[in-house]
Amino acid sequence: MKWKLLAAAAAVALATGTAQAQISGNTVKIGVLSDMSSLYADIGGPGSVVAAKMAVEDFEKAHHPKFKIEVVSGDHLNKPDVGSQIVRKWYDEEGVDVVVDTPNSGVALAVSEITKEKNKVFLGSGPGTSDLSGAKCSPNTIHWTYDTWMLANGTGTALVKHGGDTWFFITADYAFGQALERDTTNAVKKAGGKVLGGVRVPLNNQDFSSFLLQAQASKAKIIGLANAGGDTINSIKQASEFGIVKGGQNLAGLLVFLSDIHGIGLDKAQGLILTATFYWDMNDKTRAWSKRFAALDNNKMPTMVQAGVYTSVLEYLAAVSAINSDDGKKVVEQMKKKPFDDPLFGKSYVRQDGRNVHAAYLFQVKTPAESKGPYDYYKTLATIPADEAFRPLKDGGCSLVK
Amino acid sequence: MSISVPALMGQLLIGLINGSFYALLSLGLAVIFGLLNIINFTHGAQYMLGAFVAWFLLNKAGLNYWWALAIVPFVLAAFGVVIERLMLKHLYKLDHLYGLLLTFGLALILEGVFTNQFGSAGLPYAMPEKLTGGYNLGFMFLPTYRAWVIVASLVICIATWFVIERTKLGSYLRAATENPSLVQAFGVNVPRMITLTYGFGAGLAGLAGVFAAPIYQVSPQMGSSLIIVVFAVVVIGGMGSIMGSILTGFGLGIIEGLTKYFYPEASSTVIFVIMAIVLVVRPQGLFGQR
Repeated sequence: MKWKLLAAAAAVALATGTAQAQISGNTVKIGVLSDMSSLYADIGGPGSVVAAKMAVEDFEKAHHPKFKIEVVSGDHLNKPDVGSQIVRKWYDEEGVDVVVDTPNSGVALAVSEITKEKNKVFLGSGPGTSDLSGAKCSPNTIHWTYDTWMLANGTGTALVKHGGDTWFFITADYAFGQALERDTTNAVKKAGGKVLGGVRVPLNNQDFSSFLLQAQASKAKIIGLANAGGDTINSIKQASEFGIVKGGQNLAGLLVFLSDIHGIGLDKAQGLILTATFYWDMNDKTRAWSKRFAALDNNKMPTMVQAGVYTSVLEYLAAVSAINSDDGKKVVEQMKKKPFDDPLFGKSYVRQDGRNVHAAYLFQVKTPAESKGPYDYYKTLATIPADEAFRPLKDGGCSLVK
Repeated sequence: MSISVPALMGQLLIGLINGSFYALLSLGLAVIFGLLNIINFTHGAQYMLGAFVAWFLLNKAGLNYWWALAIVPFVLAAFGVVIERLMLKHLYKLDHLYGLLLTFGLALILEGVFTNQFGSAGLPYAMPEKLTGGYNLGFMFLPTYRAWVIVASLVICIATWFVIERTKLGSYLRAATENPSLVQAFGVNVPRMITLTYGFGAGLAGLAGVFAAPIYQVSPQMGSSLIIVVFAVVVIGGMGSIMGSILTGFGLGIIEGLTKYFYPEASSTVIFVIMAIVLVVRPQGLFGQR
C-alpha cells in the first residue's frame, strides 16, 4: 500500500512537473514546409506562409499568449529526401515544434515518420494520400483539409450516378496519384461503374498528348485525372486541344484547386465537376478572410490548402496554450478532445486516426458568362455532410483506432 | 498489352511534334555552343521569356499570335545581345564551366522573378482562331496547331542549317570558330558576329516559346522542365553539330513517344538512358566530330 502511495505521489509530481514547464524556450516555432518554386507552389507555397502568419497574428491578438510564436519556411522541391533533411534540421537544431502544409504526399509521408520519431506535430493541409490517416497514421500527425478518399468519394460517386460509368485514369506516378487512383477505383466500382484502364505518368510532365490519345482509344466515358497542380492544368488544356470533350468523353479533375482554374481559364475549364472543402465565396467569414489573404498575397484568392494552413495553425496554437506544453503527442491528443467551430471549414472534429473531419462540397466550374470576374469560378452542386465526406473510421486500417 | 497499329501511328506522330520542340531548342544550343563555346543554360529561360512576351503582347498590347511570331524573336535576340555584351564576352577565354555557371545563375534568377510575379500555375494563352480545330486522320485526331508546329519548326531548322552550312555568311561563322584571329585578319568583325550569333540563338529559343504558349501553360517553369531534356538531346547528337541536333531532336521525340505508349513510367528517363549509352559508346555524340 505504502509503495503504491509513493508511486502515485511520484507520478503526480512528474505529471505536474511536465505540465508546468513546458514550452521549450518559451517559443512555439512553426515550420511551413511546401513546394515554393514548382508545380504546386500556387496551391500551398508562399501563400501558405502568408496563411500561417495570419493565424499567428490573429491568435496573438485574441489570446495574448505568454509564449512567443515564430514562423519559418522551407522548399522541399517535391523530393522526399530534401523535405526530410529540412525537417530533421528544423527539429534537431532550430527548435521547430510543428510542421504545416506540405503538398506532395511522398514528402508528407516522410515528414510524418520523422515527426513521430521526434515527438513533434505534423499538420498536413497540403498532402492528399488517405494513408496519412489510414495504414500510415501516426499519433503526431493530423491530416487537415482534404484527402484522396474524400475526393474520390465526392467526384467519383457523383459522376457515376450521372451516367459516367466507365473510367480511364491518367495518374501522377507517385504516392498521391496512386492513392487517388486506388480510392477512386473503389468509389467507382462501389457505385456500379467500371475501370477500363489507366496510364501512370511521371510527375511534372509537360506534354500529355500521348496519354490523352491512349485515354481516347479506351473509349471510356470519363477520363479521371489523378494528378494535381501544373499536371492537371496541362492535361485539361491539351484535352481540349485534342477534342476529347467534343468527342463525347468527359474529364474528371479529381483534385482541382482554385489556382488551377485561374491558370486554365474558364473557357477551357467550364463545366468541370470537382470536390473541395473550401471556396472563398461561401459565407461572410470565408469572404472576409479570403479578401484579407488576397491583399497580402499578390491579389490571389486562397486555395483550400492555404485556408487549411490558417485554421490548422490556429487550432494548434489554441491546444498548446490550453495545456501549456509543446509536447507533440499531448498537443495532438488535446486537439482530438472536442469538436470545434472552424472559422473557415465550419463544424469540425479531429478523429482518433488523425483525420480532421468536416463537410465537403461538390462544385462545378462556371461558364464564362456566369462568372462575374477573376476568381468567381465555382457554383455549389451539393454539400456532402461531414459524416459522409471522409472514409469511415473503421475502414482506414489505422493502428490508433481501437 | 495488345499493340494496335493506329494507336502506334498516333504515338509516332505525337513524338514527332514533341521532337520538333526539342529540335528547335537544341538547334539554338548547338549554334551557340558551336560558335561561342558557351553552354547556354539560359536557353530554357529564354524560351520561357518568349512565351511570356507573347502573352504580354496579346493581353497588354492587343497584338495577336502572328505578331508575336514576328516580334518575339527580335525582342529575345536583343535581350541575348545585351547579355552577351555585358556578361558572356568576358568569359570566352575561361573554361566552359564559367559560362555554364553564369547562364545557369541567370536562368534561376529569371525563373525566380517570374514565379514571384506570376505564380507557378502560369497564364493561359489563347490559341489563334485560325489554328484551332483539327483533322481526323483515321488513326488519330491531329490538332491543326500541332501540325502547324511541325511544319514551321522543320522549315526553321532546315533554313538555319542551310545558312550555316551552305552560305558565305555561314562559312565565315564556321571559320571564325576554327580560327578567330585569322578570320579577323581578313577584315571580318568576329566579335560582332559572335554577338549576333548569340542573339540569333536566343531569338530561336524565344520563337520556340511562342510556339509553345498555346499548347502548354505560359509558366515560369516551362523552360526548366524542358531544358534538361534538350541538353541531353544536344549531348546525344554531338555538341555543336547543327544537323546532328536537328535529327536527334526529332528522333528522340519519337523514341519518347513510343516509351509513353509501351512503358509510360519510364518516359521521363528514357532520354537520359540513351544519353548514358551514347556517352559510353561514342562520347563525341552520334554526329559529333571531335
